[in-house]
Parts: sequence; structure tokens; C-alpha cells
Amino acid sequence: MTTTATQVEHTQTQTDARPLLLEVQDLKVEFTIRGGVVKAVDGLTFDIKRGQTMGIIGESGCGKSVTARAILRMIPKPGKITGGRILYYRRPRHPKPGEEDKVEVIDVTKLDPDGEVIRQIRGGEIAMIFQEPMSSLTPVYTAGTHINEAVTLHRLLPIKKLGDQMVERIMEYRRVTKEEARAIAIEMLRRVGIPKPEQRVDSYPHQLSGGQRQRVMIAIALSTEPAMLIADEPTTALDVSIEAQILDLMRDLQRTTNMAIMFITHNLGVIASMADEIVVMYMGKQVERAKVVDLFYNPKHPYTKALLQSVPRLGPKTGQRLASIEGMVPDPLNLPTGCVFHPRCPAFVAGKCDKIVPKWTQVGENHWVRCLLYEE
Amino acid sequence: MVNYIIRRIGYALILLVLVSFVSFAIIELPPGDYLTQKIEQLRARGDRSAEQQVERLRQRYGLDKPFLERYVNWAVNFLRGDFGESFEYERPVSEILGARLGYTVILAIATTVFTWALAIPLGVYSAVKQYSLGDQIISVISFIGLGMPGFLLALIVLYFAVILFNMEVVGLFSPEYERAPWSIGKVLDLLSHLWVPALISAITGIGGLVRIMRGNLLDTLGQPFVEAARARGLKNRTVIWKHAVRIAINPLITILGSDVFPSIVVGSSLVAIVLNLPTIGPVFVDSLRKLDMYLAGTCIVFLTFMLLVGNLVADLLLAWVDPRIRLE
Repeated sequence: MTTTATQVEHTQTQTDARPLLLEVQDLKVEFTIRGGVVKAVDGLTFDIKRGQTMGIIGESGCGKSVTARAILRMIPKPGKITGGRILYYRRPRHPKPGEEDKVEVIDVTKLDPDGEVIRQIRGGEIAMIFQEPMSSLTPVYTAGTHINEAVTLHRLLPIKKLGDQMVERIMEYRRVTKEEARAIAIEMLRRVGIPKPEQRVDSYPHQLSGGQRQRVMIAIALSTEPAMLIADEPTTALDVSIEAQILDLMRDLQRTTNMAIMFITHNLGVIASMADEIVVMYMGKQVERAKVVDLFYNPKHPYTKALLQSVPRLGPKTGQRLASIEGMVPDPLNLPTGCVFHPRCPAFVAGKCDKIVPKWTQVGENHWVRCLLYEE
Repeated sequence: MVNYIIRRIGYALILLVLVSFVSFAIIELPPGDYLTQKIEQLRARGDRSAEQQVERLRQRYGLDKPFLERYVNWAVNFLRGDFGESFEYERPVSEILGARLGYTVILAIATTVFTWALAIPLGVYSAVKQYSLGDQIISVISFIGLGMPGFLLALIVLYFAVILFNMEVVGLFSPEYERAPWSIGKVLDLLSHLWVPALISAITGIGGLVRIMRGNLLDTLGQPFVEAARARGLKNRTVIWKHAVRIAINPLITILGSDVFPSIVVGSSLVAIVLNLPTIGPVFVDSLRKLDMYLAGTCIVFLTFMLLVGNLVADLLLAWVDPRIRLE
């Protein structure tokens, strides 16, 4: 059979055969400020498949969070998407019979940022959790109110209706009632591991601990059964033991819901345990992209190598000082010519790296890098 | 919570006594008293029987007694509902204030409604559309309102109303209704006059509120929970009003307590003087000038009382709207 043959071939070249969910192509985001133009994201290209975890790592200010906000069209003023496309492969959330597999491709960058479509996607299809659980819940509303808000906005319950004469079944949907929303809220709180959810549903944010608040944020995000969760440094503000719990929780929930996760962090340890594939960003540009194993065992870009060396390790004492990356993060208004990393790069080649802008080059299976060392 | 309220009321009572004592003492501080002024006047006219007449008045009002005794007498009578007698009007204080209380309350309410109904939407608009043309215009106007005293604005309005439009803006009634009994016509006449002083007081009051609302809301809009609400897919309007304004408005509740309640007793006295309004404000200012002690003292006690009540109400309101400061 030809179909199976091609399928096998397919899995060989592209190990991940899951359907596409999001495709970011050459994304550019710029902030025009008094001193000039900051290219917060410059030519970012990656894709996320259904159920996959994509990690994005980089130093503070490298454009990770801006990328996440661009996907939801929530870039703060005066930022603007100035180029590229963000294709979202949308499946109907409440499909009529026969439409279950229909996929609509939406270019998110073309949507009205206050419009109906992006608001359905936000929270409903792509949910987001934030770095600061302490202040991500509105202080005057209970945990339950927050979940209700998301549920009543995005979730419909099916009503089965039999057609008059034919076998054809028409599925219709109705809004969630107040009682059902509360039941969903309690169930969600239980699933994210909050003790006594029946009581906690009426707790105000200040009555919850930091870890519990992040659990509530996750509960809000997952209550709408989104296709993708954007986690923007979700554990940065938490202490290490709580961090581990939250990461475990996210992995568990992902396994049961087949939800994709875009995991943004600057913490290499966290990303290693979470992601399938990683994009490394530096000053708004992606410098390397690879499967997690390849990236950790076979990093190509000097920046990635330096990042990995700067992680402290437990184990026998080597007596070596912890490696750090030379130099300072450049002024975003005044980026270096050629490769943006060249002033800090240990492999700097004078006359080349500061002149030629490196291209996005494939160096292995699903392994891409932007560095002159790997160009022909 | 009940304990807390009782404690607050206890503090309020202590404070009231202290304030009444201090104000009584301060009104006494200038040399002489109301009757000294009166004697001067009578003497100037060459009235010989004046001194005897004044001496009788002095006894009647207890001005010959020492300060402390007078204060205690007045305070004890105050609790019985007898606020003393005004020297100037030669009538009980309660009568003078009672006649004006109704209009003062009506004017205070009208002013407050005007002020808040305009200030909050303007402040919200200003913050949401920061640096837009609308924001700039609102900011300029609110700074003018903030900087211009109400009586000056009242004079300007008066001038233009009379010179340009030949309009009657003084007082709360047209002459034909001034002494007429209450009727639908009189109420309508009152309303048609009321908006001028209410608007003048509102414009000067709006400036500050708009700036506070704008500042608070700008702070709140930068908070992570606002972004989180937007990321949940809520409409912009819902994000702004339900999540941002709801938080940003809390400090204004305190202002409501410390500003609006006292204004029920003596709201914008100077505007009222310029526009010749039959409210308590002008009487209060006048009584201070003329050392009409019992009248002035009563006004101050009520002013303090309203301030304390206003603060308590504001605190209770705040606790009601903001779970973070609720006492368990």
C-alpha cells in the first residue's frame, strides 16, 4: 500500500507526525520608542504540533514573552507586529456532525486585536498562565468567579437532538448554567490538586498561597479545555519544591488532555524536564532549534553552549568556577552588526561574524542553527 | 466586625468632644466677644442705655461666666438638642440651621451626583486612551478646575449669565416662587436653578477626582491580573470595568467619605455666598467672622460629626467592596 509507505517515510524524515497546531513564520515585532525602534522579535520561525511541548528559552528581554503575547495579539503598546505570519490551525470547538476534522487556518496577525475571533481563541483555544501568580488573579474576586468567567465565556455543553425522521443526529450546544459552572470550577480545582476544593472555590486570592494561586491559574486556563497552553515562566516566582509540583501537575494534565504547551522560561533545568523541542532566543532572534536531547547533548550555537555551561551542577567537586557568558547584553536600540552574538562569542571570527548576518541553517534532523560556523 | 464598629463609634464620640472643645476655645481666642462689637456699635451711635442693655444680654447668654462653665453648659444643652442661641439673628441656632438644612442637603447631593457621574467616566476614558487628544483635553480642563477656586468660577458664570444671556442665576428660586408654598411649579423652579451651583461646584471638584481616577486606573491597567483577564478572552469593556476600574476606584471611596459627607453641612460656602444660596455655608462663614459662638460651634460639631460618619461609612464600604481589608 502506497499510503503506509509514504507514512513510514514521513515519520522517518519528520519524527513528529502529529497534526500542526500553530505555525509561526518569520515573525517580527517592533517597539517604536523615543530612542528608536527595538526589534523585540526578529524573524522567528517555529511550529507547534497538537499535544507537543515547545520550549522557548533565552535571557530576560530576548523576546520570549513578546512572542507569547503576539500569538494572542496582546502585545502592549507601542509594540506592533511588523512582519510574518502566525497560522493557527483551528478545529471547531463545538463541531456539528461531520465537521469534527475540519481545519480552518487563521492568520492571527491579520485579526482585529479586540475582535470576536481572537477573543474566542484567547482563553478558549489558547490559554495562558503567567509569571506572577501572586498578582495574576483579580484581588476582589474568588477563585470560583475567575473560573466561572472563563467557563461561561468559552464552554458550551452539548444537547443531543434526534432528527425528525432520519438517522442523522443534530448536535446542538447550550451555555453553561451558573450551577454547572460552579461544579466545573470545583472539579477543576480538585484536578489541579487544591485541597478542599468545595471551600477553596470561594476563597479570595489573598487567602491562597503562591503555589495555590498558580494552581488556580492553571485551573482557569484548563477549565475551557484549550488546544494549547502558553506558560510564560509559570514557576519563576515560586520556590523550588512548589515549582516541581507545578511542573508535575502540568505534565500530568497534558497527558490526559493532549494539550500542546508552549513553555517559556530562562531555566534550563525546567525546560529539560518539560519540552520535546526547544527554541533558543537571543536578542529577538532564534539562534538554535532542536529536539531537547539534541540540544542538551549536541548544542551547536556558541550561545547555547555557553548557556549550558553556565548551569551549576551537583556532583564531585571539580574546583572550577562556574562559567559565565562574557560581556553584557547589547543595547536593544543599538544591536551589533552581523551576528548579534558576536561581541560575546568565544568562537568569534573577525571580519566575518561582525559583517555577515548568519542564515537559518539546518545542521541535522530537526536541528537548525543560526551561526556562520555551520554555513557552507 | 461589630466590635470594630462599636470601637470606631467610641473613638468618634471622644473625638467629637475634643473637637467641640477646641473649636469653642478657638472661636473665643480673638479679643472681645460678639457683645463687645455690639457695644462699640451702640456707643458709636451715642446710645446711653446701650451698656445696660448689653449687660442684660451678657447675662442672658451667660457671657459673664467663665469659659469652662460656658462650654459645659453649651455642651450639656447640646446633647438635649438645644444648640444655644445665635447673637446675630437672636433666634435659636437649631431654627436657623434647620431652615437651611434641606437646601444644603439637596445641593450637596446634586453636586455629588454631578461630580461623580462626570469624573469617573472622564477619568476612565483619560486612562484608557492615555495621551490621546481626548485625554489631553480632559487633563487641561481638570487642571483648570483644580486650580480655579469655585467662587471665581461662580463670579465668571454670574457675569456671563447676566451680561450675555440676561439670565437669573442667583439664589435657588425665581422671585415669584421665593415665598410661595411648595408646589410642582416650585420644585421645577428649584431644579432649574439648582444645576448652576451644582455644576460650578462639580467643575471645581471634578478636576481632582479625574486625575486620581486616571492615575489609579493607569496603575491598575499595568497589573498582571488585567492582562490575565484579557488573556481569558474577555471583552475589552469587561476587562476595564470589571477587573481594572473595580480595583482602581477603591481609593475614591475614602474621598467619598471625607469629602461628600461634610459637604452636606457646609458644602462650597464661598460659591454659595457669591450665588446667594440659602444654604448653611454662608451662615457658617459669617458666624465665624462675627464671633457668633453658638452658631459657629454647632456648625463645627456637625461638620466633625459628618466627617466621622463619612469616614466610618467609607471604611465599611471599602471592607464591603474589597475582601482584602475585611476584618475576620
